[in-house]
Amino acid sequence: MGSEAKTHELVVSVSPHVRGKETVGRIMWTVNLSLLPAFIMSVYYFGPLAAYVTGLCVLSSVFFEHLYQVSLKKKTTIGDGSAFLTGLLLGLNLPPTVPFYIPLIGSIVAVVITKLLFGGLGYNIFNPALIGRAFLLISFPKLLTVWSEPTAKFIALDAKTTATPLGILKEEGLNQLIAVFGDKMTLYKELFMGHTAGSLGETSVIALLLGAAILLIRGYITWHIPFSFLGTVAALAWIFGAKDIETGNIIFFAGDPVIHLFSGGLILGAFFMATDYVTCPSIRKGQIFFGIGCGAITMLIRLKGGFPEGVMFAILLMNCFAPLIDRNVKSKMFGAIKEQKK
Amino acid sequence: MSKAVTFERGIHPAYNKELASGKTITAAKLPGRIVVPVSQHIGAPAKAIVHIGDEVKRGQVLGETSGFVSSPVHSSISGKVIAIADFPTAAGRMVQSIVVEGDGRDEAVEFKENPDYLNLSVDEIKTLIKDAGIVGMGGAAFPTNVKLSPPKEKTIDAVVINGAECEPYLTADHRLMVEHPNDVVEGLKIIMKSLGVSEGHIGIEENKPDALEAISSAAAGESSIKVWPLEIKYPQGAEKMLIKAVKGREVPSKGLPMDVGVVVQNVGTAIAVYEAVRYGKPLIERVVTITGKGIQEPKNLLVRIGTLMSEVVEQCGGLTGGAVKVIAGGPMMGFAQWTLDVPVVKGTSGILVLSEEEYVASDEYSACIRCGSCIDVCPMGLNPSILSIYAEKGFYEDAKDNNLFDCFECGSCAYVCPAKRPMVQFMRLAKSQVKP
Repeated sequence: MGSEAKTHELVVSVSPHVRGKETVGRIMWTVNLSLLPAFIMSVYYFGPLAAYVTGLCVLSSVFFEHLYQVSLKKKTTIGDGSAFLTGLLLGLNLPPTVPFYIPLIGSIVAVVITKLLFGGLGYNIFNPALIGRAFLLISFPKLLTVWSEPTAKFIALDAKTTATPLGILKEEGLNQLIAVFGDKMTLYKELFMGHTAGSLGETSVIALLLGAAILLIRGYITWHIPFSFLGTVAALAWIFGAKDIETGNIIFFAGDPVIHLFSGGLILGAFFMATDYVTCPSIRKGQIFFGIGCGAITMLIRLKGGFPEGVMFAILLMNCFAPLIDRNVKSKMFGAIKEQKK
Repeated sequence: MSKAVTFERGIHPAYNKELASGKTITAAKLPGRIVVPVSQHIGAPAKAIVHIGDEVKRGQVLGETSGFVSSPVHSSISGKVIAIADFPTAAGRMVQSIVVEGDGRDEAVEFKENPDYLNLSVDEIKTLIKDAGIVGMGGAAFPTNVKLSPPKEKTIDAVVINGAECEPYLTADHRLMVEHPNDVVEGLKIIMKSLGVSEGHIGIEENKPDALEAISSAAAGESSIKVWPLEIKYPQGAEKMLIKAVKGREVPSKGLPMDVGVVVQNVGTAIAVYEAVRYGKPLIERVVTITGKGIQEPKNLLVRIGTLMSEVVEQCGGLTGGAVKVIAGGPMMGFAQWTLDVPVVKGTSGILVLSEEEYVASDEYSACIRCGSCIDVCPMGLNPSILSIYAEKGFYEDAKDNNLFDCFECGSCAYVCPAKRPMVQFMRLAKSQVKP
């Protein structure tokens, strides 16, 4: 028996010798899965076109990541689910009617330029999917702002184009928006279900919240960023959101926070994009500042800017501040208290 | 019993204690040969005072202290000194060791008993503890008499006995508390007396209800001793975390427990103190948990100091076919061994043999994705993520400025890391490149 012990090849490595089950791949694939309800709703409202656009984004993101890594003789990382996720998010952020080259260009900008050229997952400064979309929006502003009506018919190729709720709100005001939907409660309901014009995956609040709940329960995201983001948007919408129709002056503390919360890319952005590990601060306290910043810039753009929607630019701008926040907001260190009573 | 106390953050690894927690402590076979390293503790190595060819008895001093922070070493068997040379040890270093070939008679030197041990003077107690070669048996192996002699400006008002045993798999302290609760309490009383302290605490994780019960009833008559159930969480048994849980005090950054008026001693140490002061017995044996799915028959053995691990493993039926890793200590902070021909020393709390099914390969890792999991669990409130990135890129000074030296390498960050980064290795690397 003694000699048997000596014949064993023993593995020597640094402690700890046991590890938790979590892996990067497991996290990324779970996030992908949590976007499934939103994807299903996008197909339900916008038809097979939605699946085509999103599918093209996913395929091209994965393909270009693989191509880049193989041609540079690096280990391919498409198995970790991160390229898939970037493609999925990019797709869910596009309108239903874009031509085929839009997903391809967006994927290259997102995966290759924003992520891989910066060193790959973990080193990118900006959220890849959002840079991809920002690039497309600036380069192809017309194509990226054609919104079809959600017909909720499986074949919806004949869908008419229309404006998004935020677009109507910006151009024609709250009363017109309510008039389009009939009454306020119907507006709320349609926004919540996602039966409005908009980017593929952003419209259905209920589907997005379902996915977000999965991430919150699994602990993959925490409340800090989404809640501070949403809270700031709600507060600013309430304080500054109402306008006098005659004079155009702001009527303070009379805005409608619900419309702002449920419309545009806010829910998608707050739970799935702003929470991107790599590009947000990693200290929880700092994440609250990050979320507040995202919310403030979003509302600044929505109320004062040239675009009806500001979530994308808000998150991208706050991505720049993430390292700065991490440097200056420290977690509470054990034993940092100077003097203690004995 | 009162509600369980704890510290902030930490992790919940699989404990796997059931492999050995029900195994009564049994004495290991008398080893045929022992290898006694002169340095089994923190501080100056002992100085060998025997020569090759000398006959020695059990309990005889082989090496004497060579400084204030130092500890003597004793022979745990009777026999003849056959070599004094460098041998491998469990921590990976080659250390001068005294090899004694046993004569099978196990003759002991005479131990001086003190039936009236609680009436000894403080100096007498400390001398007995020092001469017995007692060091912290939880793993750090700091000389106990030094801990009991704090500088004059430090006022100590409480002693905490560490019965947390938060390392997964290990059950040695658990068995000691169940089987010898009175010795733990007597040891605590001696330690309290030597420090002139009237407040004693014993903290035990709630996953050891039988130990909590045994210790509580052993301490029932003692009004100055309080038994605390601790939340089951790693690293609850780290000194600073234990003090936070029991006393609510935070040891200041870069400070020691005595800075907040507390001295912590491990359960095994308390018993060793009792045996040294009451029976004059030096530290020549200790309870070791031999466990893991890579060992045929997990056991808690009372092993003579200096016994080779190979001999101990053999008494547990040897390794199973699937054994891949042997660890001295627990899975979170223990040292992986390349050979079993290393001796059990005073700080060896366990020999853990991991099987293929328990083993996690750690040779591949990816870039930090800044998920913040490590920040959420670091018991010291550090940012292991950024520390590991600094270490990886060679920015050691930046690591230092981010409180690198408050890290005590518990491994919680590495445990939760989804990118499987070797966090502890990064911390050690950075620490080795800058001065504290």
